[in-house]
Order: sequence, then C-alpha cells, then structure tokens
Amino acid sequence: MKIRTVLPALALLAALPAQAQDIKVGAILPYSGVYASIGEEITNAMALAFEEAGNAVNGRALKIIRADTETKPNVAAAKARELVTSDNVDFLVGPVASSEAMAIRDFVHQSKIPLVMPNAGANVLTGEKCSPYIVRVGFSNDQFVRPAGKWLFDKGVKSAFLLAPDYAAGRELMGGFKKSFTAAGGKIVGEEYSPFGQTSDFGPYLAKVKDAKPDAVFVFYAGSEAINFIKQAADFQLAKSVKITGAAWTVSPLFLPAQGEAAAGFLGSLNYVPALDNPANKAFQAKYQERHKRVASEFGAAGYESGRLIVEALKRTQGATKDKKAVIEAMHKVEMNGPRGPLKIDPATNNVIQNIYMVEARKGADGKVDLAVVDTIANVKDDVNGCAMNW
Amino acid sequence: MIQLLNALQLSMLLFLLAIGLSVVFGLMNFINLAHGTLYMIGAYVGFAVAKATGTYWAAFLVAPLAAAILGLVLYQLLFKRMQHQSPMRQVLLTFGLIYVGLDAVRLIWGNYSQSVPVPDLLKGQVTILGEPYPLYRLFIIGLGLAVLVLLHIGLERTKLGAMVRAGVDDAETARSIGIDTDRVFILVFALGCGLAGLAGIVAAPVLSVYPGMDMAILILTLIVVVVGGPGSLKGAALGALLIGMVDTFGRVFLPELALVMIYAVMALVLLVRPQGLLPIK
Repeated sequence: MKIRTVLPALALLAALPAQAQDIKVGAILPYSGVYASIGEEITNAMALAFEEAGNAVNGRALKIIRADTETKPNVAAAKARELVTSDNVDFLVGPVASSEAMAIRDFVHQSKIPLVMPNAGANVLTGEKCSPYIVRVGFSNDQFVRPAGKWLFDKGVKSAFLLAPDYAAGRELMGGFKKSFTAAGGKIVGEEYSPFGQTSDFGPYLAKVKDAKPDAVFVFYAGSEAINFIKQAADFQLAKSVKITGAAWTVSPLFLPAQGEAAAGFLGSLNYVPALDNPANKAFQAKYQERHKRVASEFGAAGYESGRLIVEALKRTQGATKDKKAVIEAMHKVEMNGPRGPLKIDPATNNVIQNIYMVEARKGADGKVDLAVVDTIANVKDDVNGCAMNW
Repeated sequence: MIQLLNALQLSMLLFLLAIGLSVVFGLMNFINLAHGTLYMIGAYVGFAVAKATGTYWAAFLVAPLAAAILGLVLYQLLFKRMQHQSPMRQVLLTFGLIYVGLDAVRLIWGNYSQSVPVPDLLKGQVTILGEPYPLYRLFIIGLGLAVLVLLHIGLERTKLGAMVRAGVDDAETARSIGIDTDRVFILVFALGCGLAGLAGIVAAPVLSVYPGMDMAILILTLIVVVVGGPGSLKGAALGALLIGMVDTFGRVFLPELALVMIYAVMALVLLVRPQGLLPIK
C-alpha cells in the first residue's frame, strides 16, 4: 500500500473514539511548574501498577490520559471537567496540592466519577467535605502527625514548641500533633507560624524556640525552607538543648543531600521511606529504579498504590465501571500490602488506614545521612471528623 | 542580643543589594527589577564554583565578577536603549528578565535547592552572652560594614566618587563640565551588579540556593531603596538597617503582623518623607 493511502486511513482511525471497552484513567496532575517532578513520578509509578496487571482487567485495556493542572486550582478544575465530559474517563487520579483538590471536589462529587487521591492532605477532604466518590490513598495531615504526639510524650518529651509555615497544611499538621500531645499530658510552650514561602532566615525563630526552653521543637517545612531550617538549627546548635522533631517530610530524601549532617538526629513521623523492609516495597523499588534510574519517593509509592487500588477494585467488579457505587464499594473491600505496608480504605471517611513510621535521620558509616525506621504505629485511622457519605 | 545580631545580618545583606539598585536609580533614573536575579545568579555561580574547586573562597571571588559581567552584557544589549525611555518600559523589561533568569536557572541547575558549605575558616560558633552564635553570620555583618566603609571612602575621597556624586546631583551640568556620565554609569552599574552577586554568594551558605530566592529578597530591597531615599549611600545603609530591624523584631514580637510591619514602615516613611529618609537631593 502506498503511503498516501495509509495516511488518511490512519487519520481516520485516530479520529475514531477510543474503543468503548477501554478503562480510562484521567491523571489530573501537575506536569509543569514547581510540582512537575511529583506529577511525573506519580504517573510513572501508577503505570507500573497497571503494567503488573498486564495493562488490562477482564479484557478491558487500562489507559492513562494525562491532564496537566500546572498546580493551579482553576486549571485543575477546567481539566477535571474536560477529562470527564470529553474524554469520558472512568477514574480520576490526582491532584497533588490540597488547593487543587478543593477546586475539583464539588465537580467530582456531582459527576460521580471516582477520584483516587495519592496526595493532597487537607483534613476536610475526608472530613466535613468528604464525598463517597473521593478516595484518599495518600494521607490526611492529621493522620500524618497525630501518632507522633503520643509517641514523643511516651518517650519523655513533656513540653514542645510548634513551628511551621503559615498556611493550611502547616496549621493542620501542627493541630494534629497538638491534639494528641496535649491529650497525652504534654504542654505546648509556644507556637510560631512563619510567613509561607517568605522565610529564608530562621535565626529569629530559633532564638525564640531556645528562649522557651521546650523539651522538643516540632516542625514542618518543605523545599528550601526545610533545608534552611535544618542547616540553621545546626548553626545555632539548637539540638544541644532542644530535641528537633516534626513531620519528617522536613528531612525527606529530596532534601537530605542538601541538608547533610545537619539533619542527623531529626526524629519524626512519615508514612513511607524508600528503605522500608517489606517484600512489596523491595519489588516496587527494584522495578522503579530499573525503569527510571532513581529511587522512588513517597509520591511514587502512593501513585503505585493508587494504581493497585484501581486494579484490585476492578478485579472485584469483573472490569465493570458503570455502577460507580459498586466500584467504590469494591475499593472498600480491597486490602493490600503496598510499598508503604498494609493499606485499607476506611468506608466511613474514604481515607486510607495505614502505618505511620517514626523515623530518625542517622549518619551512616559512609558519612551519608539516611532515614531509619525507629518504630511503627500500625493501622492509623482517622476519626469520622464530620464526614457524612451522601451518595 | 542574639536577635539584634540576626537583624544586623539581614540588614547587611539588604545593604549589599540595595546600594547597587539605589545608586543606579539615583544616577540614571533606571529601575532594574532584575537586580535580584543577579543576586540569584551570583549564588548559583558561586555554588557551581565552590563545588568544582572545593573551596568557598574561589566562589567568593568569581560570583561577584560573574554578576558584574552579566550586568554589563545586559546593559550593552538591553538597558542602554531603555535608559531614556519611560519607567514603565524599564519595569516591564526588567520584570520579564526575572522570569528569564528563573527559567534559565531551573534549566541549568534544576528545581531543587542546593547548598554551599560554610568555609572551614568560618565554621563553628562564638559564645555571645552564653549563647552560641554562628561565626559565619558575624562574618556577614563584618563584610557588610567593610563594604559600607569602602564605598563611603570611594564616594567621598576619590575622583570617580566625585563624578558619581556630580552625576547623581545634576547629570546635565556634570556632562557640560566634561564628565562622561554614561561611562560613570556603566562602571557604577557593574559595581552594583557585582555587589548583588557578592550578596548572593555570601547568603548562599546560610539561606541556601534555589530558584526564586531572588523574589524573596527583591521586595525587601526595593523597600529599602524607597525608605532610604534613592541614590544615596547613607540612605541605603539606614534603610537597610531599619528594614532589617523591623523585619526581624516584627517576626519575634508581633508574629501576626510580621509581614505587614515592613510595609507599614514604608507607608509611614512615604507619608512623612516621600523623598526617603536620607535623599541625595
């Protein structure tokens, strides 16, 4: 056949709607902007989970359709609409930022297309603003730090100073810690919220923490703020008088190389570290590293588990996606051992029930600082927090 | 006391940045919003040099030079034509450059934060009133003061300084008595850019190096220039001192108003002394 006859035929084929039996998963994630690397990692890891299932369930092919949110809530809202109304996706997976999740929440709830969230921790998304169609595989901010409050108190931390950036996640993480820490009998001797994204010198805050003389400071920072805080705390020798603890994203493998030795001794809670010792994680990391030449972070783990959850639920419905309620209920029945450990979706809130790990940054024999798991708090589950499921 | 040192250290960084911006503005009425970008470039070049050579001091020398050269290139290619155009055009052009700089840095060094180690000589702490204080931060304060003194001497005691002062005072008269104000401008511009680069590499070990570090400090720098009075060395120094203090102590004593404080000070100064605290004219 001549190329001239092939081309129009190809064009015709491409113009045809995708075959009805494909299962379409709309990846509503940032592929440009600050969080581009996170969106990419989640998608890659999810694709890996689909691959393991042979990219199909009951003969229906699994297809990922990417939509770039640019980490902007308004763009996310428009893209969600596009995926649902013109691409006719059967599932949505994403987004990364809570602000994006809030922006698409109402639309998802009304359109009844199951949304699986590998990230976005705002408590209300599985609390007062919960929806039966929104399933969170990642974490809630509260869940992430709540176990740390009691754990640290039991280990002898009787008073704490809270320090976080002044925005929703910073406040929610501090709130979650405060709740369990004070309930256990701990005392908060001070709290500071630094202007979000506008603080590079933590000197003033560090001096304030020292003056308050707490047993520990509990912090959450990310990005350059995390690096600056950790390095400056070491410059001021804060650790000599105050134990440095917090949401262990602050010393995420993403920032550890830049923080170096200054991070050693940081004690905090996390829901995943690449070094977790379980078969599912080892297999996942081996595959991911072989394919993408780098260690998968917590984002990759959650992306992979989001993919797995979809596959396992579909197996239970024999590949049927029409009855959305049945799909969600199938998700509730899935119990899996993911890279993070045992996972389950709580039918009361649609938030994940997962292990939270207490980790410590330790300097290894090679001089490199790495995260070591100190303790495991198993099956951490959120309260209902005002969530009522309106199907 | 510790907080006072923290405030001084911020003031000195702001001074290094503001002085270039301020004098260029005073001399030629040229607003270079990309001044912060040169600070960031200085930090990144410093980071690259420190990594390649393994010594901070090489970076300390190269970074200001790189920023100055880049400043000169930008001047020859772009700013020269814009010099006598409306401020709005200057603002738009240099604002655009901020984004170009940001993406260039992302392209070359990636999105993640990098860090520059503190030089061995300045590692460690000094005990001040029973509290350990990082030696490196004292170095920043000392360096800022040294630059201030040097610039003061240069401006008051040298021929070039006299030419600069004449240019700022009255460019037309200066030209008519044979001062090549354009040349003076280029020199001052390069020096200002170099100081921005110096601020970048000096800040790098404490504040780390990341895309967007320029925006964090540009606003503060602009406020310093406005508060101090454009074109004046003393104004920049006083403005930097005031804003550094207000920002630091605002965060300590009135954390809820931390962000508002510096703007409130600026508004107050503009109301009472619209020409700035220590204007040149």
